[in-house]
Amino acid sequence: MTTLLDLPTLWAFVIAFAVFAYVVMDGFDLGIGILFPVFAPGPERDSAMNSVAPVWDGNETWLVLGGGGLMAAFPLAYAIILPALYAPIIAMVLALIFRGVAFEFRWRDPGHRRYWDFAFTTGSIVATLAQGITLGALLQGIVVEGRSYAGGWWDWLTPFSLLVGVSLVFGYALLGATWLVMKTEGAVQNHSFRLAGKLAIALIACIGLVSVATPFLSGAYYERWFAWPQVLFTAQVPLLVGLCSGTLLVSLMRRWEYWPFLLTLGLFALCLLGLGVSMFPYVVPNAVTIHQAAAPHSSLQFMLVGASVLIPIILAYTGYSYWVFRGKTGHEGYH
Amino acid sequence: MFDQFDALLLARFQFAFTISFHFIFPSFSIGLASYLAVLEGLWLWTGREVYLNLFKYWLKIFALAFAMGVVSGIVMSYQFGTNWAVFSDKAGPIVGPLMAYEVLTAFFLEAGFLGIMLFGMGRVGRRLHFAATLAVAIGTCISAFWILSANSWMQTPVGHTINEAGQFVPEDWWTIVFNPSFPYRLVHTVLASYLTTGLVVGGVGAWHLLRERTNKGAQVMFSMAMGMIAVVAPLQIFVGDMHGLNTLEHQPAKVMAMEGHFESHPDGAPLILFGIPDQEAGTVRYAVEIPKVGSLILKHDLNAPVDGLDTFDRANWPYVPVVFWSFRIMVGLGTLMLGLGVLSLWARFRGQLYDWRPLHWLALAMGPAGFVAVIAGWVTTEVGRQPFTVYGLLRTAESVSPLEAPAVAASLLTFIVVYFIVFGAGTGYILKLMSKPPQSGETGPEEGPDHPIRTAGITPAPAVDPDRTLGAEA
Ligand code: HDD
Ligand code: HEM
Ligand code: HEM
Repeated sequence: MTTLLDLPTLWAFVIAFAVFAYVVMDGFDLGIGILFPVFAPGPERDSAMNSVAPVWDGNETWLVLGGGGLMAAFPLAYAIILPALYAPIIAMVLALIFRGVAFEFRWRDPGHRRYWDFAFTTGSIVATLAQGITLGALLQGIVVEGRSYAGGWWDWLTPFSLLVGVSLVFGYALLGATWLVMKTEGAVQNHSFRLAGKLAIALIACIGLVSVATPFLSGAYYERWFAWPQVLFTAQVPLLVGLCSGTLLVSLMRRWEYWPFLLTLGLFALCLLGLGVSMFPYVVPNAVTIHQAAAPHSSLQFMLVGASVLIPIILAYTGYSYWVFRGKTGHEGYH
Repeated sequence: MFDQFDALLLARFQFAFTISFHFIFPSFSIGLASYLAVLEGLWLWTGREVYLNLFKYWLKIFALAFAMGVVSGIVMSYQFGTNWAVFSDKAGPIVGPLMAYEVLTAFFLEAGFLGIMLFGMGRVGRRLHFAATLAVAIGTCISAFWILSANSWMQTPVGHTINEAGQFVPEDWWTIVFNPSFPYRLVHTVLASYLTTGLVVGGVGAWHLLRERTNKGAQVMFSMAMGMIAVVAPLQIFVGDMHGLNTLEHQPAKVMAMEGHFESHPDGAPLILFGIPDQEAGTVRYAVEIPKVGSLILKHDLNAPVDGLDTFDRANWPYVPVVFWSFRIMVGLGTLMLGLGVLSLWARFRGQLYDWRPLHWLALAMGPAGFVAVIAGWVTTEVGRQPFTVYGLLRTAESVSPLEAPAVAASLLTFIVVYFIVFGAGTGYILKLMSKPPQSGETGPEEGPDHPIRTAGITPAPAVDPDRTLGAEA
């Protein structure tokens, strides 16, 4: 239990990886949903949608791995966090229903395409907000008694959780815009460049606000960030965030096509690292550590065998499927 | 107004509602994915255009059904935590890894190759495309494997110990995965999916034959579907019987509820065909029964003694009327399916398969029967397991999250409204696609006037010779 990389810690990394993979992949396609109304109906919207249609299902599967993996590896955490976040979680899955079916339905029913486009956008926004609120509510702490959640039904709703929710909306929207910069050309691409500039500024401001607020949510966070000598390590995170933000703005001004997306991902990775600094070794902040929540050894081991073989294979064929649909997307298939 | 009891009932209703809705889609997409693989394989093998047309025809329908399966499935994986937190805490160490394997081995496989299967016809070679279709089809079966293993372990839990926190601790994974009821449940459920798909395909074929007897595509799909039903329906009844005997061994109370045996029968139990079970009084009213046949079916001996629910504590009784009726619905429909299969063989034998209109009407009427039988089967299985979630070990009442009834009521209501709107619309679109007859030069999901998508304007994959791709063939 004292070694640095025992099974529970390893699984914490696997879950963190799944969450990050989810953000990387579903982030941009949710972002495209968020931005959908700014694009003109017709070719602009069609090519935005076409750029993600073949991959969204695979992207969303990482969310299933994150949730399912949490249940399997840290059942106690799953059993506490999900009831605590009942409303945002239910809102998220319902929103994902609307946006998921919109991919197919909008083509099947041209007469009601407007409605399914609306469902696509609303679903994307609500799902993102709900994910951000979930994260914010988790960070701000959950009331636990014994082995279960003991707070009220509205505990998750605070200014802080809303702030995180809104930040995530900006963040995914930026991922979406920079993805389109990469995947499209002409009018859509120009439009995306302009949007990305504004969104980048909004996101950077949000990251600043959340970072300032977090250490003051609880004394323990303050400790973890500012205690000497960790501060030598933790201070790197904000420095890197600053560097990354600066480069992102430059890359957008110079109209580079690939860098904006990658740098936005870099920002997300740094935020996740920051989150790790705040939370580790807790999974429910200040209440349940990863070791307390971990499933028995035999469960973790059984899964690790599969995960270590299968995750690389999954990454390989996911990469292949992106490769098949590589290049700029068109919209003019119907002439 | 509400108390904990209501919250439990509402949570159960919500789970039952969402899982039943979810399962409607897999029961169709498991079978349909295999059917698509067969069609594509036949096309590659024989080169006959009709198979390609049918492939594209059903592929559009598959895309819709699959999307609905995915989104309704995501709901399920989070509902264990929101509504069944204590269950997740205690059974998570066993059920969780099984579902994690499902994600790793099946969901990623399906999702990773779905894009290529649906939209990749013009982008990869024929063989690779076929490989993608196969990957999706195999993925759906692997998915069934793991989730049914999880569910079967909840029915017949073995291979674990229980720790001081009340958690189930896995001891022997092999025993857990291949728990006693799993093989039967897996075979029975996968066959059920094939039957369900066969009935839908048959129904659609019959509809178009009724309108245009010479439509080649309709003939081929009708013939394939009837062949499927003729083979699988009897097999399913045989497997169902074995499944029942297995259940009698491991969950006798469930079988007593299915049979309506409140009282023990020391010298030969009757087979109750119909009647009105009265849970309070512990008897079946107005029972229509055949003496001794119950013992014959369950024990293969007319005079064998059969225990009834009176040998169990009332607190451990499932709710008999639901189990009793859902079982009869399933078996009744199974018998009708057998009938359809036999009639189709007779018609085939006489060379009348495409001309015998009563058969087409029957097949059309039975188009949705698979879905009804599948849901009835699951209701039998799950309600019959009550009042436990992990049979004999963890009660449903102890599995529930610390919920407040208004919260569950609100979410339940939203689920109902959203599901009816979204899946209602989706079903409408599927029916619309089905109402068009299969034609030569059928377009796939990525082509066609109302689907301006994906193929054009994109950098073509250079390794592929356009003449060798699927889209170019049609
Ligand atoms: C016997 C088969 C079967 C059963 C009993 C279930 N499912 Fe299912 N599920 C499938 C067969 C399936 C499938 C065939 O693999 C689906 C259907 C359509 C699809 O897209 O995949 C699927 C999709 C699907 C997805 C979306 C996968 C993705 O993102 O691609 C999730 C998260 C679940 N299911 C979860 C569940 C849970 C938690 C269940 C039980 C409570 C459950 N399923 C019962
Ligand atoms: C698609 C197939 C399935 C269907 C149609 C189905 C149906 C149902 C129904 C109708 C109930 C409610 C019983 C009642 O409350 O009286 C139920 C309960 C339950 N099922 Fe299933 N089920 C399916 C698969 C599964 C699987 C695969 C699992 C687990 C891995 C599962 C886990 C549960 C649990 C935990 C409950 C407890 C809640 C309760 O008793 O209400 N089910 N299911
Ligand atoms: C006509 C003969 C049939 C018999 C004797 C039969 C028997 C059974 C039994 C005994 C069970 C409950 C097992 C348990 O929970 O322990 C069951 C469940 C089930 N049945 Fe059937 N069945 C028949 C036909 C069908 C048909 C035609 C379908 C669908 C097309 C079907 C679909 C299901 C499903 C999906 C389940 C739930 C999963 C499972 O427990 O396997 N059955 N069946």
